[in-house]
Amino acid sequence: MAFRLKLVPDVTHFNFFRWQWLTFGLSAAAMVASVLLVLIMGLNFGIDFKGGTSIRTESPTAFEVSDYREALTTLNYGDASITEVFDPSFGADRHVAMIRIGTSDETGSVTPEQLNQIEAALKQVDPEIRFASVESVGPKVSSELVMTAFYAVAAATLGIMAYIWLRFEWQFAIGAVVALIHDVLLTVGLFALFQMRFDLTTIAALLTTLGFSVNDTVVVFDRCRENLIKYKKMPLIDIMNLTCNETLSRTVMTAVTTGIALTAMLIFGGDVVREFVIAMLWGVVVGCYSTIYVAKNIVLWLGVKRDWTKKDPKDTASPFSGAEAP
Amino acid sequence: MLQIDRWKRILIVGLTLLGLAMAAPNLFYERVEQHNDAVKTIEQTGVETPELIAARDGWPNWLPNRLVNLGLDLRGGAHLLGEVQVEQVYKARMDSLWPEIRRAMSDQRETIGAVRRLPAPEGILKLEIENAGAIPQAVEIVRGYSNPVTSLTGAGQQSLAIQADGNQITVQLSDAEKTATDQRTVLQALEIIRRRVDEVGTREPTIMQEGQDRILIQVPGIGSAEELKGLIGTTAKLSFNSVVGPTRDPDQAVSVGQEILPSQDEPGLYYIVESNPVVSGEELTDAMPATDQNGLPAVDFRFNPSGARKFGEYTSANVGQPFAIVLDNEVVSAPTIRQAITGGSGQISGKMEYAQANRLAVQLRAGALPAELNFLEERTIGPELGQDSIDAGSLSTIIATAAVVAYMVASYGLFGVFASISVIINVILILSFMGMMGATLTMPGIAGIVLTVGTAVDANVIIYERIREELRRGKKVVRAISDGFNEAMSAIIDANVTSFIAAAVMFFLGSGPVKGFAVTLTIGLVTSVFTAIFLTRLMIVWWIELRKPKELIL
Repeated sequence: MAFRLKLVPDVTHFNFFRWQWLTFGLSAAAMVASVLLVLIMGLNFGIDFKGGTSIRTESPTAFEVSDYREALTTLNYGDASITEVFDPSFGADRHVAMIRIGTSDETGSVTPEQLNQIEAALKQVDPEIRFASVESVGPKVSSELVMTAFYAVAAATLGIMAYIWLRFEWQFAIGAVVALIHDVLLTVGLFALFQMRFDLTTIAALLTTLGFSVNDTVVVFDRCRENLIKYKKMPLIDIMNLTCNETLSRTVMTAVTTGIALTAMLIFGGDVVREFVIAMLWGVVVGCYSTIYVAKNIVLWLGVKRDWTKKDPKDTASPFSGAEAP
Repeated sequence: MLQIDRWKRILIVGLTLLGLAMAAPNLFYERVEQHNDAVKTIEQTGVETPELIAARDGWPNWLPNRLVNLGLDLRGGAHLLGEVQVEQVYKARMDSLWPEIRRAMSDQRETIGAVRRLPAPEGILKLEIENAGAIPQAVEIVRGYSNPVTSLTGAGQQSLAIQADGNQITVQLSDAEKTATDQRTVLQALEIIRRRVDEVGTREPTIMQEGQDRILIQVPGIGSAEELKGLIGTTAKLSFNSVVGPTRDPDQAVSVGQEILPSQDEPGLYYIVESNPVVSGEELTDAMPATDQNGLPAVDFRFNPSGARKFGEYTSANVGQPFAIVLDNEVVSAPTIRQAITGGSGQISGKMEYAQANRLAVQLRAGALPAELNFLEERTIGPELGQDSIDAGSLSTIIATAAVVAYMVASYGLFGVFASISVIINVILILSFMGMMGATLTMPGIAGIVLTVGTAVDANVIIYERIREELRRGKKVVRAISDGFNEAMSAIIDANVTSFIAAAVMFFLGSGPVKGFAVTLTIGLVTSVFTAIFLTRLMIVWWIELRKPKELIL
């Protein structure tokens, strides 16, 4: 028999609802924690959302952040944030720093003259310094971008909800959307926790995560619908468990392939897209989890109309009836 | 399900081969790019230099030559988002309306009496006439300058909003006219910016309107956003005005129709000039950098016939008087007219460097911007950073693909090989599609391709898992495969439609890199459905026909 790598056995009988209170509680706690993290620690907004100027410097010689800071302080940019960027792909002769200067006045970004002063001052500290990129965003645009980003996430969520509603039942739509909100909150929470830069590309990552997570959810729902028709008498909770076990192999396969691809990007993709990739990788993990432990639970609680010949839709399995393996 | 018509097979293979061929130029990016540039230059100039011919022959003409556009973050260049100050046009319109109204009213001086302009906010013309009783006649005169608005939304409305109060009349552009003017102004600004950028001859700039009154300018290969701003940030409004006299006091009171402008060369020196120019920059036909009699940089210009006539008449009537060459509300120089200048050409000299003279000539040739631009966003990305990103992006795409292929083959054996071939073809198809559509590849876009490598196998995974199940139920090989494809279809469709919704939202609401990412993602969805469903199935069908398998280990 030929060798086949199988991370999941052919037939499994996991009971995904045995720990449902624990898992659901964990999810709820993580969502609350994410909201609290964002409220307490705040997000490390990039210039896209906050306005200001960001300068990426590269130099073949090592530098001290304090030297840069001193150079900027003499120009009255003491509040500038200067961070050294480390990356495994950088050789020994590549030293990168990100300098961010906030908006001070109405016009927002740093004026060309100020920029020239800054560049000259840094050149004095380190004559070999190069300015790999210089970006400025005015406050007028940045506040609009925040709104657009918010609308984008909301519109994508609503669009997905509408589609699932059309294709399935409203209970599934609610389940999928709660799972999506779960994923978005947890991803934003991660950014708050580690104070990673949150900018436009993060929103793109967030939307992709939405797509991936709902993709996963839909595949499970699709199987669930099929089983609902096939096993008319089976309690809903058992159908859910059966569905999850049947699709488990696929869920793991896809999560692993996507994980492999993104990990390659994480390691070799350079520091420019690092935060972007982290957001997506985290989204894949959270998305898989939320399909199994959030979306399904919601559908189970809401109940699904089972027998289409009867008028009373309450003829569903009691939501919390015996959590036993089928 | 496993019977595929001959013509369908030809179509699938044909489309795949076409896609592969269209992606081929990207392997020889630099050479094809030089070829394309050379062809374009030869077409435009008609001159064939040996270098151009060498560049052109570097890539055969009959081969596909569409390339994937590289975004600014990959190629380096400058990005600007400017807001057109449309209100400036309102002011200009009112300022030029005033002398005409004054002239018309002075013809009816007996009834209206004296008329004067009162101070008012910019863009509003406030008049006061002597005889309050003659207000109806005065309003009638002003109304004569109002036209029906020519636009779809403002049809039937007048261009001027006129209000009379006592012996005062307030005139301004009506809302419908303002909307129509805004549109015109932005379109005009777009056109002029395009001309200026084209004159400098950079490759594939993006110049487009964003929202109501904004213009997005992306120029790859340019050194910095500052450089780009220097080129398009100034209006370059040139005019020749008669000079009333010089002054040292910038706040000195002047009569209506005159204004005080600073001298460009000498700080503290101002000129009082007539606001209405003798000739304006619109009547120039040509401008080029030159040197003046002292060997300093200057700009030569030539008027069109009507400009030349006006300038000739004015100079012959005002010999011995000074006149001002005004550029963007600064007096470049104020020479004295020694004799009538009827030849229709002249020279602007002043304190400028050669690069400035060159830029001014470009700007004068391209025309003045109708209004100033306010820059809301500016980004410069160095070319080295872009190259680093390309290298990192290609390396991670290759490694990601290799790792996914290894995992798929380990999991599904021969069928994993089929899926892997599909995935690799999928990546190539994404590139060729992007080339054909003229879409732009950005760094997040590369990340999108890498993600697609991971998710594209998903459709195959769904199918294969389904086939495994059918096999476990004891179905025959062919039957199991056929059912596996059928049953998996609805899940694949639903999963891709939901991803598509997210991508579409990104495309419509996103900007810059996010938009590029959305395009890549959408193309990836389409191609991955094609490769996963059609291509993989075709490979499996071939295998079945060739081997006629009795059993399948999956």
